[in-house]
Amino acid sequence: MEQLICKNLTLGYDGRAVSKNVSFTVNRGDYLCIVGENGAGKSTLVKALLGLNPPLSGTIEYRVSEKKRAIGYLPQHSDVQRDFPATVREIVLSGNVGKMGLRPFYTRQEKEDARFQMERLGILELQDRCYRDLSGGQKQRVLLARALCATKEMLLLDEPVAGLDPLVTNAMYELISRLNREGVTIIMVSHDIAAAVRYATHILHLGAEPVFFGEKRDYIGTEIGKTFADAAGGDRA
Amino acid sequence: MNDMLLSIIGGAEEEAFSFSRLGEQFLKLFSKYHSLGDVFDAIGGYLGKSFAQKALIVGVLIALCAAMLGVSLVLKRFSFIGDGLSHVAFGAMAVASVLGLTQQKMVLILPVTVFTAVLLLKTGKNRKVRGDASLAMLSVGALGVGYILMNVFSTGNVSSDVCTSLFGSTAILSISDFELYLCIGMTILVLAVYILFYHKIFAVTFDPDFASATGTKSEFYNLVTAVVTAIVIVLAMNLVGSLLISALVVFPVLSAMRLCRSFKGVVICSAAVSVGSTAFGIFSAMLISTPVGSTIVVAQIFVFLVFTLIGIFTKKG
Ligand SMILES: Nc1ncnc2c1ncn2[C@@H]1O[C@H](COP(=O)(O)OP(=O)(O)OP(=O)(O)O)[C@@H](O)[C@H]1O
Ligand SMILES: [Mg+2]
Repeated sequence: MEQLICKNLTLGYDGRAVSKNVSFTVNRGDYLCIVGENGAGKSTLVKALLGLNPPLSGTIEYRVSEKKRAIGYLPQHSDVQRDFPATVREIVLSGNVGKMGLRPFYTRQEKEDARFQMERLGILELQDRCYRDLSGGQKQRVLLARALCATKEMLLLDEPVAGLDPLVTNAMYELISRLNREGVTIIMVSHDIAAAVRYATHILHLGAEPVFFGEKRDYIGTEIGKTFADAAGGDRA
Repeated sequence: MNDMLLSIIGGAEEEAFSFSRLGEQFLKLFSKYHSLGDVFDAIGGYLGKSFAQKALIVGVLIALCAAMLGVSLVLKRFSFIGDGLSHVAFGAMAVASVLGLTQQKMVLILPVTVFTAVLLLKTGKNRKVRGDASLAMLSVGALGVGYILMNVFSTGNVSSDVCTSLFGSTAILSISDFELYLCIGMTILVLAVYILFYHKIFAVTFDPDFASATGTKSEFYNLVTAVVTAIVIVLAMNLVGSLLISALVVFPVLSAMRLCRSFKGVVICSAAVSVGSTAFGIFSAMLISTPVGSTIVVAQIFVFLVFTLIGIFTKKG
């Protein structure tokens, strides 16, 4: 079942296009990886999907069961709020705010859900800790739990492993993969092609002409897939 | 006040600078009180008087609002907005007095300041550097224009007028009923907005992108914050004056952030710090005639230092 349909998107800022002719479809339970070099327009696409920076042309259509655009989001840079005084629980709970309308307080159900999400991601014992005192990996889990409070349908992750050490990176990938198996649709931006190929079901490669979109095994067969994968592999060695 | 400064300077010439001399001067301030009991009696006496009650009510309410708003302003890196807005309000006040709007100054000051706040918080979001520069421009511009207007057109004692509006005054001790009710009404409004939108304000302050993406109207809440900020700033001008307003917005929050780990904790703690130092400032003004605004600021600096020390020690231990 289709959850997200993007047709002929042209993305950019102030009328200047960054990427053109981007079309893809995401089905329930898919794991889409968006890859491309720095500056290829990955974050721009993410902003378009979130409605923060509308596309210059083309259409984005959501078909999720919940009324609102139900999409959870993990931002690329979480370092803007380095000294923000807030506990883990406060942050996770704030994932519910979008659903509250004019109601001023959280319902018991929302609080229980927040607790469940923290447990699911293994951060329940951190719930009273201050966000600014956490490690990078723990912070990402907190933001992931917040995103899960916002929706159970679809998660949009912009470089969720940036700045994490290899061990924590793997744990993070496994966690995301587990969520995917539990039924959450995942759209993840990454420049780690190896991981993308390992975990994703679909790949969207931005920055090249034409833009590649398709299943993982088709991607591995293509020329750009090969060269980019080789280059990425070479970089890391 | 001037005598005191002169005697301090004179003393410094005679026998270099000595702390005991400073201490003497300080004690002189209390010379009319013979014991601690006298001080309490005096406080008790003031508490019975309606001008003191009004001053306390207004001061405490303003301090409460300023501190709570300050939390989101500081965390959003808008610490200086209070300063800029209060200068704009000063300019507006100058225009109002030139136009002869003595009683209904608020009619002009409030809309002008609200409008400026909306403008600033909007552009400040998209273009950081320009927002910063335009804030600086606006704030000194309004100050300059306001001062010229007061100088050229005003008939009364200009320098005392200006000094009053820049540094606050004992005007807080002579509040009219109208100002009292205006202030109470406004603070109730601000508190209600804050409580009703508390979780949204948190979400929008912490991560505006996430909030927008998940369906919160960040723009709307920014607008609300801007309007409320402007209102509080205009009210607070009466208390501490244009130049010192940033202290009321910034200090309690920074102090609270030394100690508290949760957002709620910071909000409550900074409200308490703010109310405490404001009450201190008002009492001090009544008892030993210090200027209200500066005393509040000094009290807040003191609290900040103490909290910083406590923060350092509790972290190590
Ligand atoms: N706010 C903005 N205004 C104008 N241009 C922008 C803005 N943000 C990004 N760009 C430009 O858009 C292009 C794509 O940027 P984008 O952030 O989408 O790249 P990315 O693929 O996410 O790169 P990275 O791997 O570094 O995160 C870049 O050339 C960048 O300079
Ligand atoms: Mg990016």
